[in-house]
Amino acid sequence: MTVRVEHSNPSSRVGVVIVAVAFVLLAAAPWWAERASLRLLAEIYAYVALASLWNLLAGYAGLVSVGQQAYVGLGAYLLFALAMLAGIHPLVAIPIAGFTAAVISIPVAALMFRLRGHYFAIGSWVMAEVFRLLASQVSALDGGSGTSLPAAVVLSIASSRQMREFVIYWIALAQAVAILGAIVWLLRSRYGLALTAIRDNELGARSNGIDVARIKYVVYVAVAFGTAMVGALIFLQKIRISPDTAFSVNDWTAFVIFITVIGGIGRIEGPIVGTVVFFLLRQTLADLGAIYLLILGAVAIVVMLKAPKGIWGLIADRFGWQVFPLERRLVMGDR
Amino acid sequence: MQWLNTILQGILLGGLYAMFAAGLSLIFGVMRLVNIAHGDLIVLAAYIALVTVQALGVNPLVALIIVVPAMAGIGYALQRGLLNRTLGDDLLPPLLVTFGLSVIIQNGLLELFTADSVKLNAGAIEIASIQLGGGLAVGTLPLLQFGLAVAVIGGLQWLFYRTALGRAFRATSDDQSVAQLMGLNNAHIFGLAMAISLAVVAVAGVLLAVRANFDPSIGPARLIFGFEAVIIGGLGSLWGTLVGGIILGVAQAIGAQLDPGWNLLAGHLAFLLVLALKPEGLFPKVQG
Amino acid sequence: MPEPLLEVRGLDAHYGDFRALFGVSLDAAHGQIVAVIGANGAGKSTLLKSIAGMMRARRDSVLFAGEPIGDLAAHAVVARGIALVPEGRRLFPSLTVEENLLIGGRLGRPGPWDLKRVYELFPILAERRNQPAPSLSGGQQQMVAIGRALMSNPRLLLCDEISLGLAPIIIRDIYARIPAIVAEGLSLVIVEQDIVQALKIASHIYCLQEGRVALSGEAGALTREKISAAYFGV
Repeated sequence: MTVRVEHSNPSSRVGVVIVAVAFVLLAAAPWWAERASLRLLAEIYAYVALASLWNLLAGYAGLVSVGQQAYVGLGAYLLFALAMLAGIHPLVAIPIAGFTAAVISIPVAALMFRLRGHYFAIGSWVMAEVFRLLASQVSALDGGSGTSLPAAVVLSIASSRQMREFVIYWIALAQAVAILGAIVWLLRSRYGLALTAIRDNELGARSNGIDVARIKYVVYVAVAFGTAMVGALIFLQKIRISPDTAFSVNDWTAFVIFITVIGGIGRIEGPIVGTVVFFLLRQTLADLGAIYLLILGAVAIVVMLKAPKGIWGLIADRFGWQVFPLERRLVMGDR
Repeated sequence: MQWLNTILQGILLGGLYAMFAAGLSLIFGVMRLVNIAHGDLIVLAAYIALVTVQALGVNPLVALIIVVPAMAGIGYALQRGLLNRTLGDDLLPPLLVTFGLSVIIQNGLLELFTADSVKLNAGAIEIASIQLGGGLAVGTLPLLQFGLAVAVIGGLQWLFYRTALGRAFRATSDDQSVAQLMGLNNAHIFGLAMAISLAVVAVAGVLLAVRANFDPSIGPARLIFGFEAVIIGGLGSLWGTLVGGIILGVAQAIGAQLDPGWNLLAGHLAFLLVLALKPEGLFPKVQG
Repeated sequence: MPEPLLEVRGLDAHYGDFRALFGVSLDAAHGQIVAVIGANGAGKSTLLKSIAGMMRARRDSVLFAGEPIGDLAAHAVVARGIALVPEGRRLFPSLTVEENLLIGGRLGRPGPWDLKRVYELFPILAERRNQPAPSLSGGQQQMVAIGRALMSNPRLLLCDEISLGLAPIIIRDIYARIPAIVAEGLSLVIVEQDIVQALKIASHIYCLQEGRVALSGEAGALTREKISAAYFGV
């Protein structure tokens, strides 16, 4: 008789089929969706990616950062600098921006990890402010007032406007899928077991010989890499950049945190569910302006207090569902 | 001489930052809560002062008589009604709930008062100054503010180490469950700690509003200044926050003197430098 | 039989899914010393914590002076006159000796105990009054913990393993003061692993075994064989 670990259950086998069908449908969106919907979908992918990365950082590794806008803005500015100042093709510049941001995040993490638990959160915000202030000092990119990508750079993506939009759409989809895939892969690896242990009980994980500090370091740098690439693509689509938009705490941290908390923190499906809810709310309440944000904040507080596992947590606990095969069960039997 | 003046202005500004920091440090010390809405509560206090001044036609410094108890009441209610539910072993709930609170306060103020910046006018005292000789002068108002900051921190120090309430705060901070055995109701003690924190916030908010223009969006930066002063000074040390605030104020003033764009950056760099070289702060007391 | 001050009636306690007490009943009369003995994990500390309000219980499973207090929080229980000397002393490390005592008396319940009386009971503490609590020896810390509980002028004092980790001579020294404490008119429930010490001082014994009362009775009526049978579950 052998014992093996099984990750999937019936719901996750159905889930994987649903995800695959959805992926094919979404990849074909340029043939069935109009322009505005494509832009909206690309924005949704960006938020799924950002929220999934933040979820990995805060929900699993326990690094509650409120300064991830530092890496969105850093990735975006690196893309603009590489394309405008070094003449690198913008699509090639995206991974380079991600890699450079990851390198920069190494010393940043060394500094930030000196702040314990709660204070790490505000420290990460200070770091984002430093990045924003430095960006507004870069006169080659027009400092505080911001700049736009020149036409030549934009045209180098694809000559027709329609094709450009398609290309950016596909990259946004591919990026979100790749990031989700990487997170699923990470959580299924031996790191995943350690991360889940840290999520559930950090002290216990430490006493079981898990090198918590090293794993947190790896996660921080990996998340910086992903976040910077997402930021680079977001601003490649926007074409215009300024320090205040690139390092916006509302757009790249508040929304991302609310999405993750409402959807379900510490679960891979949470950010996806949260993003759907977030965009539904936005499409119906966006006219309210500041009130919309106020409502969003209140909903997040209520969810945190009343249903700390979020919407997906409620569903998963009730029905035992999981979309992604992450669970570990020991199966006894011959095989 | 100009540099001496710059440093002097920085020191006086540091008093204000120390007050931002003292409220933050107090609640962290008592209940290990980091209040991300701290800066927005400072701005809320400034707007309450604005409404008071407009409604009663009094000097902003007189308005403190209303703003301080109002903020203390808000603090107690907030703690007992909301924040006490977030306390526990898990870091996430208090951080996320106070972060949500920050967004709510900011956007609520935006809805009520628009994004236009306003300022409180304290009257003739604003332009009065004291000549120190040799071309060196300090404004009466900044000096008054600094004196108030020192008095507030001295008062907190006295409260913490010389009164029964301070003893209760320290006991609760040491061991919450045994503190209950002494008849201390933690929920109430935490409410009082937040009330005192926001009373300090009220003083800081009014001084901020008299000193410069403010609008609903400036809260997070005040949180960051207060936080930097706490870390520079060392966790848990009240006089340390004063030194931390002064170092931050002087760094910003020197930065601004070099290049207007370097004002905030210089302050952040001073903070990062301390974090890199002496992460426990200059006057450490308790480990967080 | 004197009128009971404390009546525990069918008390249950849980830690999550783990059940620690199964319908425990216990009486303590005015001026009486009751000892609770039992092996590690028998539920002795849980019993004291439930009485003191550190763990919530069913409302009518704990009666104090005839009133149900099982569902009260710890701070409300101490206000009624029940003080607990917790296991491991648990002094407040950032407070001085005197501050630890003062915080015990902060409710201001009337009664014989004040700083002066506690210092008379434990003179060494008067000498160390301004020292930080952690700088004291284990035995002195235990004296502070007892003094801190007395400062609330309780009618019932609960002591959890006051001999734990102390040298025999110090244990004897501390137990020698207990008659002076009881003489002030309060009742005592002590949890003790040291059976000899418990039998010497208590008038009634309860022996817990795996969360249940395995044996109870007057100290004089219980034979050594019966106790060790209940203690070890033989």
